Amino acid sequence: MSEVNPITEALGHELLRSSLDHCVKCTICETVCPVSNVTPLFPGPKYAGPQAERYRIAGMPSLETSVDYCSGCGLCTMHCPQGVQIAELNAHARRVVKEQAGVKFRDKVIARPTVIGRLGTPVAPLANFGLRFGPARVLAERVLGIHRKAALPKFAGRRFATWAKRHQGPATGKKIVFFHGCGTEYYEPDLGEKVVAVLEHNGFRVEVPKQDCCGLPLQSNGLFDDARGYVLRLARSLAPHARDGSLIVGNATSCTLMLKREAREILGLEDDPDLELVSRQTYDICELLLEMHDAGELKTDFQPVHETVAYHAPCQQQGHWIGKPAMELLALIPGVDLREMDAKCCGIAGTYGLKLEKYDIGMAVGADLFGQVEAADAGVVACDSETCRWQIEHATGRPSKHPVELLYQAYGLG
Amino acid sequence: MRPSRHFDVVVIGAGVAGLSAATRLAQSGARVCVLAKGVGSTHLAPGLVDVLGYDPERVTSPSEALPAFVDAHPEHPYAVIGQDGIAAALEWFGGIVEAGPHPSYRYVGDLSRNHVLPTALGAKRPSALVPETFANGELVARRGASSGPICVVGVRVLRDFHASLCAANLERDGVAARGVQLELDVGRAEANSLGLARSMDDPKFRASFAAQVLPLLHGDERVGVPAILGLRDPHGAWSELESRLGHAVFEIPTLPPSASGIRVYDALRAGFRAAGGRLVIGAAVVEVEREGDRVTALRAHTSGHDHVYGARWVVLAAGGFTSGAIELGSDWQARDTVMGLPLRGVPGDGEPRYGGDYFASQPMARVGIAVDSSLLAEGTSNVLVAGSALPGAEPWREGSGEGIALSSGLHAARTVLDREGATAAA
Repeated sequence: MSEVNPITEALGHELLRSSLDHCVKCTICETVCPVSNVTPLFPGPKYAGPQAERYRIAGMPSLETSVDYCSGCGLCTMHCPQGVQIAELNAHARRVVKEQAGVKFRDKVIARPTVIGRLGTPVAPLANFGLRFGPARVLAERVLGIHRKAALPKFAGRRFATWAKRHQGPATGKKIVFFHGCGTEYYEPDLGEKVVAVLEHNGFRVEVPKQDCCGLPLQSNGLFDDARGYVLRLARSLAPHARDGSLIVGNATSCTLMLKREAREILGLEDDPDLELVSRQTYDICELLLEMHDAGELKTDFQPVHETVAYHAPCQQQGHWIGKPAMELLALIPGVDLREMDAKCCGIAGTYGLKLEKYDIGMAVGADLFGQVEAADAGVVACDSETCRWQIEHATGRPSKHPVELLYQAYGLG
Repeated sequence: MRPSRHFDVVVIGAGVAGLSAATRLAQSGARVCVLAKGVGSTHLAPGLVDVLGYDPERVTSPSEALPAFVDAHPEHPYAVIGQDGIAAALEWFGGIVEAGPHPSYRYVGDLSRNHVLPTALGAKRPSALVPETFANGELVARRGASSGPICVVGVRVLRDFHASLCAANLERDGVAARGVQLELDVGRAEANSLGLARSMDDPKFRASFAAQVLPLLHGDERVGVPAILGLRDPHGAWSELESRLGHAVFEIPTLPPSASGIRVYDALRAGFRAAGGRLVIGAAVVEVEREGDRVTALRAHTSGHDHVYGARWVVLAAGGFTSGAIELGSDWQARDTVMGLPLRGVPGDGEPRYGGDYFASQPMARVGIAVDSSLLAEGTSNVLVAGSALPGAEPWREGSGEGIALSSGLHAARTVLDREGATAAA
């Protein structure tokens, strides 16, 4: 990518590497790693991270390939008391391993949600039939290596951006920019509509600029150059709004984390001025709403919702390092019997749990969560990330909603 | 630095001291937020509550030894917390565990007498308050305590736990003991205590574990196992093992990670959440705003934009040298890296910083943040200090780490409640 300064890129990686000297081998990262706790194929973040990193030399082949089984959840970095950027180092190591072996065709495909979305949307009924048609899934498993049982979403058959273009919002109010991500665009446009309704109910004027994928799936599949292309294009599109002081709010918590931190740290884009600005102005939707509530600015005219709600904080939500704002928001709704799940991860990790060789690991990772959901006998599982919701619905058979959908319901906006 | 969220108390650090202070305050109705860069020593330490183990010889009764100990160590945190404060802290903690997420799991003991329990190396560890799952490892004859020869059961896949080494060292110290090793198939070449503890939450695994141990046991032996008896239901795992084996069973601390320590974190965390507290892990405090002698806001490094937390009170429980919250530079300057508060006990030029004997008293280890008898940090009117950031103690020598963490956390909480109560009354 011509837009990336190679010196900054190399420096970024060196900065990450310099953090490994803070590792005191305390094993705290091992206690939180969802993957190494269920499979011996991944020896754990301490081993694959700070320890193995000392043997990795730029430009030399990597002898250690188990890091491909790291799901990139980031819990190790979050819990490390010494500030070692374990997950970020592992993302680099994974890229090298993938490049060495040649990135699979499958990974190049599933890492491009906009391409899949554009292809599937016009032929949604047929595509959805295919995705649920056993023989087609067997074929996809054989040819592509996508596990036949993996949780794949349904195309909505329409695009959120089309709705947004036609939507007549209030003419006045504080401007806010909605970054809705690909999940909302192609699979869950109704979630996007609910986010807009909740924001408008709280006095915002919502703008939806032209946008595309943030590049996260490409990054986690080791396709860094392509990921940079996507995230910088997105940054160029959002930056003018950030420059006029507007906040950017997103409902896909992994994608807002990509904009806030991961792209800058992992892709070595620390000195891109657009991305830097966008990073600073981006909020996760629940983060924004709780901050408003903390300031006494959130409307709390909630109707009771009589439901047992299990809340699962996705790993990438936890990577914002802001606690669990959705828990506190959902607690504002009268009637809700709210249960905090303390399992680590649902096992999907974006595209990880879709892969033939990783599906069983993903389901084993999620088993703790699924068991807790069953034990709580939850009517709804609230969760901030779309791929996690799809995995939870697949594994538990219980509906999973974005926390904002419950706020929308409680506001009586439906 | 404009705060976008305000709390009655912001606690820095999610170890035993921080979570105890935070939970106690949240239970009293305060709006409390815990900010932590990561999790603390709960995940590494065995979860035994050592109050006073050595002075300098092994202490039999902390309550009898404490008066002379604090007289001799006027700078020690215990000197301001007092024996009643320590006793109340242990009782409070016992309540937290019993109300916690592990059904029927409880701690036993008090200040009147230390348990003396084996370590993984077969050394004797004095500890005041211990999980029931450890108590049968008592090595000193006392009424009501478990006795009899010990069979230490090792598991080959578990790294760094050698049953025969543990047993041989116990034997050398006059305790009848022998070691046996299990060949457990866990589907991998190596496992840590946490992985085995998770397996032990599965009734099928427990049953097969018990079936393999049973034929190895003799007569009236007590059975010592590494601390792997479950993360979700340790009481269930322990009592099931006892009934299946028909022998007394006890856990022995492992090297990190520590399943029994994580139970402490889970219990405190659950207590804090149940009391309505906000817990933010991953957010390091990077800037402090002051107005005169008051700290008014803290900036925490979060993804994207930092978050600013306004606070009436701050409890600093970020640890000491080990966690990096206190640092000794190559220029020999010691400093509090979190808030930059003044330290106490730093050896002056020409004074010894370290002793030549590794196990001797080490002056540098007693360095901590200067506080008054309320644990208020010197030069501030609303920052309290708890845990291993406090000066005057050498927990590794005294066997006092968890006792200091718990009792200072609650002492700090009491200061806040007393002063707020006084404000409300005025």
